[in-house]
Amino acid sequence: MEATVPPIRKIVVDAPPTVVSADARPTNGHVAATEPAPAGPERMGLDGLSVFYDTNEAVKSVSLSIRQGEVLALIGPSGCGKTTLLRALNRLTELTPGARRAGQIILDGQDVDELEVTTLRRRVSMVFQQPNPFPMSIFDNVAYALREQARKRPGRSVVEPLVEDALRRAGLWDEVAEDLDRPALRLSGGQQQRLCIARAIATRPEVLLMDEPCSALDPRSTAVIEKLIGDLRKDLAIVIVTHNMQQARRVGDKVAFMYLGDLVEYGTAEQIFDHPRAQRTRDYVRGDFG
Amino acid sequence: MSVTQPRTLDDLPHGGFGVEPSAGGGGAKKRRSTESISTWRWGDRIAYGMCWVAGISLCVIAAAIVGYMAVRGLQYLKPSLLWQHPSGEVDQSKSGGFLDPILGTVLLTVIGIGLATPIAVGTAVWVVEYGRPSWLARAVESGIEVVAGTPDIVLAIFGLALFQNGLFGWMSFTAEGGAVFGRSFMTAGAMMSLIALPMVYGATREGLQSIPRHMREASYGLGKTRIATIRRVLLPAVRPNISTGAALGMGRIAGDTAIVVILLGASLRLENEGSIPGLNVLKGTGSTLTSYVYNNSPAGEGNAAEKAYAAAFVLLLIVVGLNFAVDLIARRGAKTGLEGTRLGGR
Repeated sequence: MEATVPPIRKIVVDAPPTVVSADARPTNGHVAATEPAPAGPERMGLDGLSVFYDTNEAVKSVSLSIRQGEVLALIGPSGCGKTTLLRALNRLTELTPGARRAGQIILDGQDVDELEVTTLRRRVSMVFQQPNPFPMSIFDNVAYALREQARKRPGRSVVEPLVEDALRRAGLWDEVAEDLDRPALRLSGGQQQRLCIARAIATRPEVLLMDEPCSALDPRSTAVIEKLIGDLRKDLAIVIVTHNMQQARRVGDKVAFMYLGDLVEYGTAEQIFDHPRAQRTRDYVRGDFG
Repeated sequence: MSVTQPRTLDDLPHGGFGVEPSAGGGGAKKRRSTESISTWRWGDRIAYGMCWVAGISLCVIAAAIVGYMAVRGLQYLKPSLLWQHPSGEVDQSKSGGFLDPILGTVLLTVIGIGLATPIAVGTAVWVVEYGRPSWLARAVESGIEVVAGTPDIVLAIFGLALFQNGLFGWMSFTAEGGAVFGRSFMTAGAMMSLIALPMVYGATREGLQSIPRHMREASYGLGKTRIATIRRVLLPAVRPNISTGAALGMGRIAGDTAIVVILLGASLRLENEGSIPGLNVLKGTGSTLTSYVYNNSPAGEGNAAEKAYAAAFVLLLIVVGLNFAVDLIARRGAKTGLEGTRLGGR
């Protein structure tokens, strides 16, 4: 019996085979902040949202508006409630024992508590920090999100165009079209994360929540995903949590600075980074703490 | 001027993650790739030697068992033995083959594992994914530990006491006075499932526990219910674990003797009971290779050592084959791309 040694694989660096002119200005995936954001309708509204873990108040009475066509970047030091706020938006906090929520969250004029939680999470879907594709094929990963909305499981021919559409919008189609039955876990980290994005946008949600989607990725994959975020915001509202202030500046149209559960300042990316009003924001964006 | 970006690590100038040997200590001397044992303390050297001896002697013992049984088995094994029914003759040349015991082994293994797998997987899913109230989950865990620790002869006696109850008359031969015989493939299979259950349960539970929490959250985040997550994500992910557990359990069932001798009746041939095809076999008695070996060994009634050696060799082949199947299944997990991850197991 020979030992089970994982085969040595060629690691394909995650980027399209581009030939970059050496004279070209480096873009660093910079897309959004300089272009004016196309104003869209409000998708979600937060009114006095607080989240408690037992007695500890992790998010303190935050009111915000999340608009279509806009990327809202949540910034702030670790443990200041950004992720908790994000997870409250699709009621994932309910999975944490001891978590309670106060205040109101409105999705398209309807209180999220009145919605079936599964419906809510299809309309407000989420991409996580760690790329977490399911241990199945690329196709099945996306099809899983689409299936079971119908009582009868639709066949492959029905789902196929929708899967292709989602993979195209996530900018992954050209890289995986050859072999959709490949295990998703064989993809590189950046490709996995784009697969997770494809999975999340397959059901055509109205809001996409992203919890530090690039923190586990290399700079090039990060650039690809930031570009993707810029493209996606036309169709949906995006809320992204990030530790990386450069990233918030690159992708964010609106930026919200949170500190110890409080929403300290909210405004356009330019305003927050160049003309912060609050002292704590100024210190944070200058890098005095965080 | 244009720069083509490197696409794979092989294209990178340094050729991947080459690790430079760290400096220090060696001076001008050529560095050895492994450390020398001569620098170790004596206690460590002795312990190290004993580890070697232990490992090698295990290999020798395993090889000795398989080798001896192979030599003896092949000496007496004739192909005809595999498809001849056994007979009660004392003369070894007339006592037939062991087709019935082979069939018995297969049938009992299938019944046992067929009962054990769904129960074990269901229990593991409940304990890991729900597990509320927690005192009940703990009780279930201890219950399975008790079953795992119970000697098979005790299970067999308990099974006989249980299935001789009039309530279970439909499972075995019933005498005219209403006495229930309690011995059949069904009753033996039911008890055999208890032997395999802890193995399937343990493997499944371990697989489920090794699935990271964010995998479940990813599914909930897509608007999936807990049930859909279990059915479409978690169970497919632990399929290699379930298979491994099932194959191990099958090996245990195929190798068990006590339950066969006491609960299967250990009749030489498959003795059918009743007139419904299929069910009559399940209600009937029979034997397996283990009981056949026991009966033909000098300890048993048959005292046909040649047959015992041949049957023991066949049994060994079946069990070793199952172990290889375990290995294959574990490796098949690689196809899902899980190798090298926490989910890959083994």
